[in-house]
Amino acid sequence: MTAEIPGALRVAYKLLVNDRTKFTALVLGITFAVFLMIEMTSLFAGILSRASSTVINIGASLWIMDPSVQTVANTIPLPDYVLDEVRSIPGVKYAVPFYSGAALLKLSDGTYQAANVIGLDDSTLVGRPGLLKGKIEDIFAENGFLAVEDSEFYKLKGATLGSEFELNDNRGRIVGIAKVSSSGLFGVPTLYTTYYRALQYIPNTRFTISYVLAEPKHASDVTQIKARVAAAGYLALTKEEFTAKISDFYKYHTGIGTNMLLMTLFSFAVGLLISGQTFYTFILENIDKFGALKAIGAKGSALVTMILFQAAFVSLTGYGIGVGLCALVIWLARLQLPDYAAIITFLNLGVAFLMVVVIASISSYVGVRKVLRIEPFDIFRG
Amino acid sequence: MVNAAIQATQLNKWFGEGEARTHAVKDVSFEARFGEMLYVVGPSGSGKTTMLSMISGILRPNSGTVRIEDTDIWAITKDQLADFRLHKIGFVFQDYHLFPRLTTAENVAIPLILQDRPWDEAVREAVRNLEVVGLKNRAGLPPVKLSGGEQQRVAIARAIVSRPDIMIFDEPTASLDGDTGRNIVQFVRQEVLSEHRCIVIVTHDTRIYEFADRIMRMEDGRLAGFERGDGSLDAQ
Ligand SMILES: Nc1ncnc2c1ncn2[C@@H]1O[C@H](COP(=O)(O)OP(=O)(O)O)[C@@H](O)[C@H]1O
Ligand SMILES: [Mg+2]
Repeated sequence: MTAEIPGALRVAYKLLVNDRTKFTALVLGITFAVFLMIEMTSLFAGILSRASSTVINIGASLWIMDPSVQTVANTIPLPDYVLDEVRSIPGVKYAVPFYSGAALLKLSDGTYQAANVIGLDDSTLVGRPGLLKGKIEDIFAENGFLAVEDSEFYKLKGATLGSEFELNDNRGRIVGIAKVSSSGLFGVPTLYTTYYRALQYIPNTRFTISYVLAEPKHASDVTQIKARVAAAGYLALTKEEFTAKISDFYKYHTGIGTNMLLMTLFSFAVGLLISGQTFYTFILENIDKFGALKAIGAKGSALVTMILFQAAFVSLTGYGIGVGLCALVIWLARLQLPDYAAIITFLNLGVAFLMVVVIASISSYVGVRKVLRIEPFDIFRG
Repeated sequence: MVNAAIQATQLNKWFGEGEARTHAVKDVSFEARFGEMLYVVGPSGSGKTTMLSMISGILRPNSGTVRIEDTDIWAITKDQLADFRLHKIGFVFQDYHLFPRLTTAENVAIPLILQDRPWDEAVREAVRNLEVVGLKNRAGLPPVKLSGGEQQRVAIARAIVSRPDIMIFDEPTASLDGDTGRNIVQFVRQEVLSEHRCIVIVTHDTRIYEFADRIMRMEDGRLAGFERGDGSLDAQ
């Protein structure tokens, strides 16, 4: 860095910003790309998070399942001896059965509504949700169910404490309204009840346990527990591993991941094309000015700094507006569509930022090459 | 004058290869002195601009040396040479190359800004120089709002703003009417030229010959001789 930079940067800034049309086109190109990239990846992140909502909401440390399980929703029932087997492993503090299954509710107005029913272990209620209304003990009351107030709650048509419904000719009664951190992906409301009531009310296959939930005595016991479970022919995953496995399923074994990836790359390419092309034209239009600066005595390094500054300024402005626009659109969409799944994660922001840096680098590389190559003599001759 | 401001020795420059090769400047040696206004004249294509570019550190000669004050300018590094141009040499280009996105005053301030002078101070200094070329009232406008002649005056103001030791003007009055051209060159002669400065001007404009100390004629890339400003041949 030479001491002449600040003045030169101010010149660079004015060259850039005072050319309103080009500046707007440059910023819009980046904004557009950032908006699309973040929107795409946020939507995907939202879907992934919802796909793992049960794992997130229950919060158990270890999930024991059939090795063929791909997502939390597609359960493969386990025989009861798996529970005993897990309980007998040294290092397991406790292990409980867990039920998750689909059910068809007949609401009080006579309409039908599909729902996800979760059965919590009767003696411990491991994984119980926080309650907005009602008392948790009432889950043991006759026909007691908790309704989850998530984005699907309205489908229960104004359910509140005391509301009743039918489930396979059994009566159900809402005794609590629960709050969970993540809504589900499948667009159905969720009800919590006890494990045994779930088994009684919902017809089942020969085996009944959806998952065995376990808590290790110490974090260091996890490896050993996993090995023992594996030896028995089953799979134990930490909640992080399970979430990752579910994410991987959606990313790699459904069309969603590929499409998202394509759309993100597409946004990137469009942004690169618009911004790169505009920046290149901008440099070309100013090439004789850069040449004149060189002739007057600006060093190559000063010119490079000017171009990098311009590229960085455009990119950051476009990035900022793009992120803001995205947040605004997601917020607006949520007002209209409670189911709208997008979440902006730091990873999304980071990925978009990285792509913007790549766009800016490619654009300025092209500009720098051009500017370093001009001969002041050609400028001098006119 | 004792010291040479510019000392060019056996300068040669050619462009292109084979059939297309042009020997633009051939074995040119001369001195420009401190305190002098040296004119370079000659037909179009005779190598004036090429020669000027070599003595101002913008175009590397194929052979020969250029000494300015005590520096052999083609023996120092690129960055050193850039710095040297910035601090020692002021240019008026054949085209003016003004920045359309800067104001006229900011354009004139460029050499000072590159020299690291504070922005506002540089712009104030620029406005003072615009005043001497008669354009103070245009200081805040973008150059595109100015006529060709006015833009040329802006370019002259930019070349002299930092009062460099060496000033190199390539046809500075080409698009000025007679009086304006004369007035500006007269001003430069009286107010800018001094004992320790030297000005080299390429021109066809006979109306300003009266301000020349010497006139150097080029023909077909060669130095054809010197004349006094009054037209008499000077053997030198
Ligand atoms: N970059 C270049 N490439 C090829 N030929 C050039 C180049 N610059 C100048 N010339 C040639 O060199 C000769 C001298 O040009 P120049 O110095 O511009 O002349 P003047 O300024 O006296 O009109 C001309 O024949 C011109 O065509
Ligand atoms: Mg010329």
